[in-house]
Amino acid sequence: MLTSPEALLAIAGMLAVTVAIKASGLLLANRLPQTGFIAAWLRHIPGAVLASLVAPAVVTGGTAEILAAAATALVFVVARNLFAAMATGVIMVFLLRMALGG
Amino acid sequence: MQNPAAPAWTADHFFAGARACIPVAISVAAYGVVWGVLAKQAGLSLLEVMLMSGLVFAGSAQFVALDLWTATPSTLPIGPIILATLIVNLRYLLLTATMRPLVRPGTEKRSAAAMWLLSDENWAMTVGEMAKGRGSIAFLVGGGTTVWCFWMVATVFGRLIGSAIDDPTKYGLDFAFTATFLALLLGMWKGKADLLPWLVAALVAIISAKLIPGSWYILTGGIAGSFAGAIAERRRGYAHQS
Repeated sequence: MLTSPEALLAIAGMLAVTVAIKASGLLLANRLPQTGFIAAWLRHIPGAVLASLVAPAVVTGGTAEILAAAATALVFVVARNLFAAMATGVIMVFLLRMALGG
Repeated sequence: MQNPAAPAWTADHFFAGARACIPVAISVAAYGVVWGVLAKQAGLSLLEVMLMSGLVFAGSAQFVALDLWTATPSTLPIGPIILATLIVNLRYLLLTATMRPLVRPGTEKRSAAAMWLLSDENWAMTVGEMAKGRGSIAFLVGGGTTVWCFWMVATVFGRLIGSAIDDPTKYGLDFAFTATFLALLLGMWKGKADLLPWLVAALVAIISAKLIPGSWYILTGGIAGSFAGAIAERRRGYAHQS
């Protein structure tokens, strides 16, 4: 399977919105509200989206996932290294699933 | 408002940026490999991996897209994938806006097009240069070129070795998403004001994930959490004034 029209459409759409956002940030820089409700809302979006991605995955997992998430957080807070934190999470979940038989 | 004193587009700046971004590009490559492995699992073909990495070039949006991707084209949720990309990439509005002082008069269109190569990593390096009174669009583009090459090679490599890894859950690789997002989230912590929006987002997402099928919990949680944060900030603002 090379690709499909649906996949090409999805990728083209992803490209279009990404390019539009990146260009408009620069072009509208002087017009974007620097203060007020909209500015505060925009500032809080990335964190809220990431929290929404993480929370269900950790909660619906089992003990292994919760402990691995804690280890990931600990490594990131101490080492401030994204890759080290990710690697820790993956290795911990691998070992814990084996140990807990899950 | 352009800045006449902004540095010109020179090859020097381009190569300085390209060199400066090699260390961060290595860590980009590391999770590019993970993305490639997961892309194989999600059912993306090699060509689709090359197109998505090469054209969309946005790591976190690509991770979210994999979450929604289906191997059968007829069930591919095109709308939700594009909408999720939009939401996850909204933060780039803020990042590219900070590049505004580097725009020379008459180079507006070129600069706006160059923003396509802006990633978190070369943005951070360029902001670091700006703090030292240097930095230019050419530096950003040079860094972006390095990051793009590493990302492309790493994701394709991951897709190719992905064939050798039949079941990612066996190696805990499914948890790479969660761990990466968690680390990215913690990196955004700026103070206690972040706690409320994150908790609201997490709670709404957990409840939505239980009630609504699909990945809409990303949107419901993201919207609820960011509004909670903005409302809380506004109320604090008023309290300060009175």
